[in-house]
Amino acid sequence: MANPSNLRVAVIGGGPGGYAAAFLAADLGMKVTLIDPEANPGGVCLYRGCIPSKALLHVAKLLEEAEQAKNWGVEFGEPKVDLNKLRGWKESVVKKLTGGLGQLSKQHSVQLVQGKAAFVNSTTLKVTKTAAGGEENLTFDRIIIATGSRPTVVPSLKLDSPLLMDSTGALDLPDIPKTLLVIGGGYIGLELGSVYATLGSKVTCVEMMPGLLPGADRDLVLPLHKRLEKLFSAILLNTTVKSLKDEKTGIRVTLDGPAVKEKEQVFDRVLMSMGRRPNSEIPGLDQTKVKVNQKGFIEINEQRQTADPTIYAIGDVAGEPMLAHKAMHEGRTAVEAIAGHKVAFEPNAIPAVVFTDPEIAWAGLTETQAKEQGREITVAKFPWAASGRAITLDRPEGLTKLLIDPKTERVLGVGIVGAGAGELIAEGVLAIEMCVLAADVGLTIHPHPTLSETMMESAEVFYGQATDIYRPKR
Amino acid sequence: MPTEFKLPELGENIESGDLVRLMIKPGASITAGQPVMELETDKAVIEVPSSIGGVVREIKVKEGQKVKVGEVIFTLEGGVVVETEPARRHEPVEHISGQQAARLAFQLAMRAEGKTEEQALPPDKPQTATPAFSMPVQLGKVAGTDRDPIPAAPHVRRLAREIGVNIRSVPGSGPGGRISEDDVKLCAKNALIAAAAAAQTPRGSFVEPELPDFAKWGKTERVSMRGVRRKTAEHLRQAWNTIPHVTQQDRADITELEHLRARFAPRAEEAGGKMTVTAIALKVCASALKVFPQFNASIDMGKEEIIYKQYINIGVAVDTDRGLLVPVIRDVDKKNIVELAAEMTQLSKKARERKLTVDEMEGGTFTITNLGGIGGTGFSPIVNHPEVAILGLSRSRMEPEWVSDESKFEPRLILPLSLSYDHRLIDGADAARFLRWIAEAFEQPFLLSVQG
Repeated sequence: MANPSNLRVAVIGGGPGGYAAAFLAADLGMKVTLIDPEANPGGVCLYRGCIPSKALLHVAKLLEEAEQAKNWGVEFGEPKVDLNKLRGWKESVVKKLTGGLGQLSKQHSVQLVQGKAAFVNSTTLKVTKTAAGGEENLTFDRIIIATGSRPTVVPSLKLDSPLLMDSTGALDLPDIPKTLLVIGGGYIGLELGSVYATLGSKVTCVEMMPGLLPGADRDLVLPLHKRLEKLFSAILLNTTVKSLKDEKTGIRVTLDGPAVKEKEQVFDRVLMSMGRRPNSEIPGLDQTKVKVNQKGFIEINEQRQTADPTIYAIGDVAGEPMLAHKAMHEGRTAVEAIAGHKVAFEPNAIPAVVFTDPEIAWAGLTETQAKEQGREITVAKFPWAASGRAITLDRPEGLTKLLIDPKTERVLGVGIVGAGAGELIAEGVLAIEMCVLAADVGLTIHPHPTLSETMMESAEVFYGQATDIYRPKR
Repeated sequence: MPTEFKLPELGENIESGDLVRLMIKPGASITAGQPVMELETDKAVIEVPSSIGGVVREIKVKEGQKVKVGEVIFTLEGGVVVETEPARRHEPVEHISGQQAARLAFQLAMRAEGKTEEQALPPDKPQTATPAFSMPVQLGKVAGTDRDPIPAAPHVRRLAREIGVNIRSVPGSGPGGRISEDDVKLCAKNALIAAAAAAQTPRGSFVEPELPDFAKWGKTERVSMRGVRRKTAEHLRQAWNTIPHVTQQDRADITELEHLRARFAPRAEEAGGKMTVTAIALKVCASALKVFPQFNASIDMGKEEIIYKQYINIGVAVDTDRGLLVPVIRDVDKKNIVELAAEMTQLSKKARERKLTVDEMEGGTFTITNLGGIGGTGFSPIVNHPEVAILGLSRSRMEPEWVSDESKFEPRLILPLSLSYDHRLIDGADAARFLRWIAEAFEQPFLLSVQG
């Protein structure tokens, strides 16, 4: 085994997976070069994804609560939105975080190269320095590909118009359109659609499948669907977009679906959010033994090593789910494998969170998967209408559920919908990773009054002994 | 570049097998999950499914050949390849395998904790013997994605990987099957002991004498000793070398029993079995083993302990065209003769059709071998190590028996019994009593319900 401190490692891509890998590699004594088109690490997540969208969703939530406060006897008057200031705040958040990562890179002695990388062979990269200028061939012992993903563009719906936005464009917040069409009812479409709707746009959302957030359990989606029906002007399911036509002041859209009243409608702006594609078209990759599958993902083994032994791949480019936290864990796994540790990427649960209002979060087994696999599970549900904390927040529509193996009583999955579900799911992930039994969750004292009690009470429901709800054991 | 299909891991301790049957030809189109060959390992024949799909280009192995895990079996035409499990496809390059590496890693890990290997290991748990051999019954399922999450905390999974223990083979002692750090260490310790024992016994104590050149005296043919034959040879040599054997002979008058057998045979047939002497012997032996627990035991010389088993699983030697196989019937004491007859019939059929799994040949505590169907008046069976006794049955015959009350000979049906036992644990007098008990149980079946 080579001494890790002599290894020269390149990381292509400075997103969460890339910088997590780079920092750990440096901590283990490797000489690390991190190559990214931006000046500081961050990637899509920090520059054009998770972080800016959460900043805007925070504002959206504030606006909604201010509106709801009327029910509680508090009125603020009509909100005035200063778009420039809002945009500025959002950008300051991004700057603060990416700047911080730049600092951390220095502290870890990770060499940042602003530029683009192409493969010359399995160990050599041709780096085009976009900021400093010039090209250089650099040789490494190991290379980690962390190039991430980009929004999917459907060829038949290609249109050269500034009014057609992808998630990146929408986060730039160019204006608040009177009408906005969101194509795709996945988490990106619903999150950004919510932002624009609370800022004042009339949002129409079309989804090809019979429900929003395909893949998530229906009982978790239902409370969100109900709320979005009020927030959006229309949610059109089983609906496809046939064509887009630029009309200068708007985009003429042809829709096809059972609930479509007007086949042709003009929207001020259109947001295309139909998923993301892996960025595996790296120049010169064919000079290596790396294999890319039909979906465009780089093929990897448990150590995140590609078919080319010196090259590893992590994050969105290496497979679903395309989530920053999965990428970070993979990045650390890959680096440890490079250092010669016997490791594998083997999580029992990768949490998923949709940051809408209410939030939806799940981890481990879902009911949908259990049904597909034909495996027997017991689902213990605790509706938030019985949670004191949820009532004080005037948000009783939430639900917490545990998916339990009836034989071993192990917690195999957790699903939550409701305010703050994204924070609550962490306990579920820990439960699944630690092989916790429903009894362990039920016997752990949870602080009162908090939403976290719904985890404990779900476990009590499993035994037919919940304090705050009457659910005798069947 | 053509894609290669390599022989996947088949289970703990299985490193190779003999290729019995190939189920594909060059040019054939196969899908992932489709069985491609039959492999004979440790007495079981396993169907091995492909993990990849496409058109077969070249087959790199031949029927009858020994194939090792990781060896290339066939290649596919380039082009579209459907992977069932891309993540497991490439072996890590700096692959360390084998007991040596595992041992080294384990010692290093323990040293890092500031402990010696012995200190680090948990106290012995008598009820946990060497972890049960876990054989994926349906290999196709292993390749799927719907495997249960491992019931162990992340740091325990990591420890297992570091010391070379397959976490899926570790029995969890905690609630819900949770695997603790100690479970993993115990499993590693048992594996090391087993490896050390395997390394010592055959080589250390026995060297095959060199053979003369047989061709000097005439034509010969050399045939490779594969699968069952080789395994039987190794196992019996080891049993013979380890156990000081003694064989006790006795005879049982089964004239009455034969009437009963004929009378109740239709019941067994209804249940799908045959009311054979073996089926009855199973019941008789199970009862005898309860009365004489030292015959249902094993010896642990390393720890100087006797292991008494609180379950009665009896193996029955079955003669097949591939050689001797010993399927094991579990919890014999809890089953009636009709049930035993049905199970026996089913297992023999499986044995002959090569469908027995390794699982079905493990865990025996005593063995019965019946040569009566062929003939003979008695023989010395070899004890199926690590068991301590085996009962041989020969052909029952009408014999003149002296009836002293009436001062005359009477024709009686006599079953010859041969009991071989491990003299280290069992004294001659005990063996004589045990076998007499069995003979009497055959003679007076009522005894079974009174004493058994």
